[in-house]
Amino acid sequence: MNNQETILKISDLSISFKTFAGRVNAIRGIDLELHRGETLAIVGESGSGKSVTVKSVLGIHAANEIIDSGRIDFTYQDESGKTVTRNLLEMNDKQLQKEIRGKHIALVFQDPMTSLNPTMTIGAQIMESVLRQKGVTRPEARQRALELLQLVGITDAEKRFKNYPHQLSGGMRQRVVIAIALACDPDLLICDEPTTALDVTVQAKILDLIKDIQRKKNLTVIYITHDLGVVARVADTVAVMYAGKLVEKGSAEDLFFEPAHPYTWGLLLSVPDMDENSDSLYTIPGSPPNLLKPVEGDAFAPRNQYALEVDRHREPPMFRISETHSAATWLLHPDAPRVEMPEPLRRRIDSMREEVKNAGK
Amino acid sequence: MQANDQREVLLKVENLKQYFPISRSYTVKAVDDISFTIHRGEIYGLVGESGSGKSTTGRSIIRLYDPTDGKITFCGQDISGKMPRDTVRMLRTKMHMIFQDPMASLNPREKVMDIIAEGIDIHQMYSSQEERREMVYAILKKVGLSKEHANRYPHQLSGGQRQRVGIARALIMKPDLIIADEAISALDVSIQAQVVNLLKSIQVETGCAILFIAHDLSMVRYISDTIGVLHLGHLVESGTTADVFEHAVHPYTRSLLSAIPRPNPLLEKDRPIMTYDYKTSGLDYSQGTYHDITDTHKVLGTDADVQRWLKELA
Ligand SMILES: Nc1ncnc2c1ncn2[C@@H]1O[C@H](COP(=O)(O)OP(=O)(O)O)[C@@H](O)[C@H]1O
Ligand SMILES: Nc1ncnc2c1ncn2[C@@H]1O[C@H](COP(=O)(O)OP(=O)(O)O)[C@@H](O)[C@H]1O
Ligand SMILES: [Mg+2]
Ligand SMILES: [Mg+2]
Repeated sequence: MNNQETILKISDLSISFKTFAGRVNAIRGIDLELHRGETLAIVGESGSGKSVTVKSVLGIHAANEIIDSGRIDFTYQDESGKTVTRNLLEMNDKQLQKEIRGKHIALVFQDPMTSLNPTMTIGAQIMESVLRQKGVTRPEARQRALELLQLVGITDAEKRFKNYPHQLSGGMRQRVVIAIALACDPDLLICDEPTTALDVTVQAKILDLIKDIQRKKNLTVIYITHDLGVVARVADTVAVMYAGKLVEKGSAEDLFFEPAHPYTWGLLLSVPDMDENSDSLYTIPGSPPNLLKPVEGDAFAPRNQYALEVDRHREPPMFRISETHSAATWLLHPDAPRVEMPEPLRRRIDSMREEVKNAGK
Repeated sequence: MQANDQREVLLKVENLKQYFPISRSYTVKAVDDISFTIHRGEIYGLVGESGSGKSTTGRSIIRLYDPTDGKITFCGQDISGKMPRDTVRMLRTKMHMIFQDPMASLNPREKVMDIIAEGIDIHQMYSSQEERREMVYAILKKVGLSKEHANRYPHQLSGGQRQRVGIARALIMKPDLIIADEAISALDVSIQAQVVNLLKSIQVETGCAILFIAHDLSMVRYISDTIGVLHLGHLVESGTTADVFEHAVHPYTRSLLSAIPRPNPLLEKDRPIMTYDYKTSGLDYSQGTYHDITDTHKVLGTDADVQRWLKELA
């Protein structure tokens, strides 16, 4: 993050879905800025709007989806090498397909089957992606495709080249999807739960692989993951989503050591604790709000034991905690009573600090 | 946990092999000579990468397969060969399996009431419809569902609720052993924790043992008393949760544990991960025997392997 060039800027993004039951206000005003080379992790319960947000970056919209407001500015170098910034929400599908998708922005989904073509060999699919770059010959593309297969840890790449997706295991398929995503040398890689279904050893290899490529190419990465261990390993910046809004964002260190939003406290407490011999795993009580109804106040208030009266009827703004860190909770208002994070979380964070000290960092 | 050996043995697996002949010249050795013991009321976590033989182990034990070789003793009876009728009955009532995909394992045309009652119907474990209903209601309550759910069809339930039905269906038989094969893997994370809490409370309340098969190691660590690590059909290491997670000896186990990302960004960012590749490791699992590291902790290897590993760790 040495240079602070903005690559992606999401402003006031609101998205809803028309359903038989009414309008689902899935995304309710998101602002997010990403710098070139940075890794952002988006965390939050399922249904909080993570996938809808990143899909909108790629212009992948459902038929019943409505962009209520906002813009998504993406900065890249066009064919002539000129740096341009374009509002992705104003580009049509054809333009996105021609200029952005799989070229400057690539996406890796949790389920590799949805992104692979079952009727094409994986070799042909990777080559196709490589060939989207200008001035690449077929033999070069083939060579590059083989290298990519090896890069993502597929041994006997020559043999695998001729395989169809169904002939590979889930882990293998996901590696192929990543190889395809990387083949076009993108500026921004979006990974939506990329390793959720994989073995930890495979996950570790894939995460390190992406990190490695990132270092070499100054690639910007957005990860969606529920695994806070993964977040800790890869993320520079973390955004916490709840009910279609960002409730907290900051550096990984901010979020893990100084979490400010009660929802973030709950997420951190939900990580199975290895040291404490508790009787049960912590789960955040209750369930997320129904976004068919307008949300009054802080959407998390009904599940939040620390909620103030004001949380129930006024939506909290983002309060700035430091240059890198902000959170949307009235607890940060200067007039709010002083509320500490839950004691078990405080203890955990203290022991994390202790660990860091013992490691001599 | 310390008193492991005083506890009554519930399941004893000795030198189990489960092979699948694919062609005349090729056989998949899905499980290749594994031995382990589950005590009454114990939660045994079986871990290992996909394809290591976890599901096959579970399926052999519950006799969905005919074991190729080895001996399985359950509740004191041999269940590995051809079983007499009352042994089959004992096995079908006392051991149950819950699966990863609750939808696929529940009959979509049956109401929850009948799905849960299936076992007690087959084995005629009630004397009146009234009793049958009450048994189902009691179990629903135990798994955190309500009477109302009894009248629903599986598609009218959420994933977590369906998995609770799967658990209820097993539980109503008052089993001694539940085999949970990736029973939480398809669920949302927050729901996973709820189901794990439920399994643990069931174990505490009913004393039912659980063979917990999963690839999420943090959940396994949380729930298990004892852990077995499978790799390529071999049980390479087993011991108490502390033995395996804190004092792992086998290089495969160590690489597996080292791959778990830890939620501490200051340490996790550039923590090196141990890699392990059987092909280049120089090890031959079939030459190994189980070595006792402690009373509870066993590792598979040759004398020389184990000595070397212990030296590496010292
Ligand atoms: N096509 C659709 N029609 C109606 N609702 C949708 C549609 N797609 C997503 N949603 C809703 O939008 C919300 C956000 O979904 P999503 O972004 O997929 O969540 P997640 O954080 O789990 O990725 C959810 O409440 C989901 O039900
Ligand atoms: N019925 C079968 N026929 C042939 N091979 C099988 C069969 N069941 C499993 N296998 C193979 O046995 C190995 C172990 O599989 P499995 O027990 O499902 O592993 P895990 O549950 O650990 O992922 C794999 O290589 C798998 O392909
Ligand atoms: Mg999603
Ligand atoms: Mg399996």
